[in-house]
Amino acid sequence: MEQNVPESTVQKTTESHRPHWGRILVWVGVLGLLAILALGLRRAQQGPVSVGDQVPNFTLTTFDGETINLTDLKGKVVVLNFWASWCKPCEQEAADLETAWLTYQPRGDVVFLGVDYVDTEPEARGYLEKFNITYPNGPDLGTRISQAFRIRGVPETYIIDQDNVLRAVQIGPFRDLSQIQSMIDPLLQ
Amino acid sequence: MKLFRNTIFLSIFVAMLAVGGALAQGTNPQAPTDDQVNAIAKQLYCPVCENIPLDVCGTQACAQWRDLIRQKLGEGWSEAQIKQYFVDQYGDRVLATPPARGLNWLVYIVPPVAILAGIFILYRAFQSWRQPVATEAQPESPVEQTDEYALRLEEELRKR
Repeated sequence: MEQNVPESTVQKTTESHRPHWGRILVWVGVLGLLAILALGLRRAQQGPVSVGDQVPNFTLTTFDGETINLTDLKGKVVVLNFWASWCKPCEQEAADLETAWLTYQPRGDVVFLGVDYVDTEPEARGYLEKFNITYPNGPDLGTRISQAFRIRGVPETYIIDQDNVLRAVQIGPFRDLSQIQSMIDPLLQ
Repeated sequence: MKLFRNTIFLSIFVAMLAVGGALAQGTNPQAPTDDQVNAIAKQLYCPVCENIPLDVCGTQACAQWRDLIRQKLGEGWSEAQIKQYFVDQYGDRVLATPPARGLNWLVYIVPPVAILAGIFILYRAFQSWRQPVATEAQPESPVEQTDEYALRLEEELRKR
């Protein structure tokens, strides 16, 4: 016995087997957006570089035009200081940092680098002159270095060992010269 | 003779004034106004004071930036050149409007797409709400007439 299947039922069955490209596209878009959001949130919550972490490589072009790459400084202790001319607490530690630099400079195994954060060049140069700072300093072009270290403000100082591993962090200005030395000396023994 | 001498003095005085004015114009070009500086500053954000446009930001860092804009305008830089200088120095994030490249495109694409998708979803929802009312208005469904059980039932009822 032949059964008559209604036409509408046949149409419905074919429709249900057809992939819903529109829906698939929407879901792919939504999931893609969620993935981007998740990555952004993860990055934002990472926090600053921690002690014991490998320090991200960076290139600093100094105000004198010299280019310094962190990987080229392997084998030396690097004191990386973030500062700005508009930053009053930075002025508190400027003289101590310069004194520390002059103390370690003859040894040759300690390098001081100043990264000028979100600053204007004439004022930055004026600051360096005012405090007679002689170690290499340069602008944080594109705020790339500060973003790599995810700094929270200035001044901040990062003490990096001979293998480019972060060994100490100073948030805010150093109290005095002895505090700077207490962070560097253990790495030189 | 006296009139002649006075005329000469007057001419020299006028000439000196003219030369002085010209010199002053040469060494001190018209300084940019606050409005000109702020027109550019309001398109920039200093990373130190997030979410505060540069033209109304009160920190020393922002004041230095505004001075720099004034200086660049005084040197004859265009608005685009100044904005590019700030991007080169401090990165894209100083711009109030992110440049349309890379992932930034999402900022321009996602909101209109989301609005269109919302409109489409609402349209579909309104359509589905209207459909049951239309079905109820119909006196009899054609499917019911072809239903064998219904036909038999009607026939039995008619017989009684």
